[in-house]
Amino acid sequence: MEQYEPDRLAPARLAALRRGFGSGRASLTRRSVLRAATGGAFALGGIGSLSACGIPAAKNTAGVSSEDHSAAEKRLNFSNWTEYMDVDESEKHHPTLDAFTRRTGIKVKYTEDINDNVEFFGKIKPQLAAGQDTGRDLICVTDWLAARLIRFGWVQKLDPSNLPHAYANLSQQFRTPDWDPGRAYSYPWTGISTVIAYNKKALDGEEVKSVSDMLDNPRLKGRVGFLSEMRDSIGMTLLDMDKDPAKFTDDDYDAAIARLQKAVDNSQIRRFTGNDYTSDLSKGDLAACIAWAGDVVQLKADTPEVDFVIPDSGYLTSTDNLLVPNKARHKTNAERLIDYYYEPRQAAELAAYINYVCPVDGVKAELARIDPDAANNPLIIPDAAMAAKSHAFRSLSQKEETAYEEKFAKLTGA
Amino acid sequence: MTTLTEAPPPLAPGPAATDEKPPRRRGRLTPYWLLLPGILWLLLFFALPLVYQASTSVQTGSLEEGYKVTWHFATYWDALSAYWPQFMRSVLYAGTATALCLLLGYPLAYLIAFRAGRWRNLILILVIAPFFTSFLIRTLAWKTILADGGPVVGALGSLHLLDVTSTLGITAGDRVLATPLAVVCGLTYNFLPFMILPLYTSLERIDGRLHEAAGDLYAKPFTTFRKVTFPLSMPGVVSGTLLTFIPASGDYVNADLLGSTDTRMVGNVIQTQFLRTLDYPTAAALSFILMAAILLIVTLYIRKSGTEDLV
Repeated sequence: MEQYEPDRLAPARLAALRRGFGSGRASLTRRSVLRAATGGAFALGGIGSLSACGIPAAKNTAGVSSEDHSAAEKRLNFSNWTEYMDVDESEKHHPTLDAFTRRTGIKVKYTEDINDNVEFFGKIKPQLAAGQDTGRDLICVTDWLAARLIRFGWVQKLDPSNLPHAYANLSQQFRTPDWDPGRAYSYPWTGISTVIAYNKKALDGEEVKSVSDMLDNPRLKGRVGFLSEMRDSIGMTLLDMDKDPAKFTDDDYDAAIARLQKAVDNSQIRRFTGNDYTSDLSKGDLAACIAWAGDVVQLKADTPEVDFVIPDSGYLTSTDNLLVPNKARHKTNAERLIDYYYEPRQAAELAAYINYVCPVDGVKAELARIDPDAANNPLIIPDAAMAAKSHAFRSLSQKEETAYEEKFAKLTGA
Repeated sequence: MTTLTEAPPPLAPGPAATDEKPPRRRGRLTPYWLLLPGILWLLLFFALPLVYQASTSVQTGSLEEGYKVTWHFATYWDALSAYWPQFMRSVLYAGTATALCLLLGYPLAYLIAFRAGRWRNLILILVIAPFFTSFLIRTLAWKTILADGGPVVGALGSLHLLDVTSTLGITAGDRVLATPLAVVCGLTYNFLPFMILPLYTSLERIDGRLHEAAGDLYAKPFTTFRKVTFPLSMPGVVSGTLLTFIPASGDYVNADLLGSTDTRMVGNVIQTQFLRTLDYPTAAALSFILMAAILLIVTLYIRKSGTEDLV
């Protein structure tokens, strides 16, 4: 290595060096930054090529389901939510998935890369809109997003002949959603019940049995939470106003928004949360909130003060659904996995671990062998009384969806 | 670097001098080759997305029917008139957080630069240490710190400070979480190191003999600070405030986790418009308005600050 030896440089060169580092053209000065900023602004203004861009229509990708490589490639890429699959003691293996690989020889690459429906849609949209492979053979999304993907023609029709168990064992409750009648494109992974959760300690003797109690009791001011998922928050409010979320009108929607807006304006509602309501609820910062029952079952185990109530007016049920995106390379493998989880034994093992509503019939006996408490929990296996109170949020047209989300965004502060 | 380290010509002619070649010229293009990766990077990941967003902002349509460029500039006006409160809030919160960062960061940077002695490196590491955990985790930690029944809120309540802040409208009732104060606290905490490090760099470069000279000329310590130290640290103040203000005004995580419906910033609006309502033109227009606003504020600020160097 040669060394930098300033003493041996000519004086003029040295001066030039110093200038360069400290104050010359190369240094970052106020003027140079201002000049660069102005230059940048001009460059932006001068761009005339903007019209070359554009986003193609969603629908023009129909019929791009690709050829199936399932027979040659015994593989499957499965994207799912976090904590949505059973794990063993070491937390590294998924017993039911391993058993699937042992039985079929299909290696499953299981990725927990779904945290949020809207974000996941943002992630897969560019590929699906361009008619490209997302690298995923099976995805799991909530029903409104499943409805949107089906509406856009971005998912593949399933082959019923590969799904005998799924066809036979799917619970009646989930068979005919209005966005996928007869389940041609999707099968539920779990059912999700939206209920009211509360923290007994934080309630301090107050009683919460309905959305009205949450919105109207002044002693709960600033300690009530709603979900940032429009359908859950509005659906529960609609039910409380004696409207059916399965068939409401624009006026009903506006009335529900107005009711919540009043509670926002007088600071009754603390905030609209995603999954992070769980920590607020267990700390007691939230006394009562709209919550997902599966979370509450898990929270209760750690924090005994937390409990839930199902309002007399009913509760909202949605589903997380398995779908095969366009251009997926291993469609048959994906269908075999769906069918596998509709065998009561596998379904029971999964339900015992994840505590969400099991969409499979005939699971109760299997589940009782693994976990008798879970088998008798109506939040996991709904009984007749529970099922009678369940309501679904109707599917929305693109126009309605945009208008409703816009109004809901205004409600939550934009 | 060979040109910098050239040995002076030998004093006595030796065998080496006879085969001396004329200066080589192939190095002339070298700087451009070295610039190439950076330029490509900027083109691909900065300029191109910017053009794409600019185009999106003047398109109309829907996801179902596709978007077409219709030069619909009204989107900008609609976005601004619908969401100006969130813009004002962003500037206000980011500005407050920047001022707080300066107030908290300057004494600390001063201490590290002039008084810390052998503790200097340790304190510097402590300043940077929070960066070893994720931004999200650090923000979530503040939910525990400021929890309703927690010690901070308890102490503030018993000192009746919460009554004062409540009257000012920066907290609500007997809580701090889900109020503007919590959001500003989060912003201040998360961006504090971006203020301290440039301040430290510029303070540390100040020649100690200047302080001695000031003392020799009978300047009191405060006068020395006002006339010597602070003016010389201006480059650090300017770059520190920029590094804090710019990301803070676009931040949405703090407002989302620590705030409520009335503390949403423009970053939250952009996120909602882009992901939830799928109104891409409005989201893109909002981004450009934010960029323009920041550019304007920063330009005015740099002009006013009267410092020549920024580093």
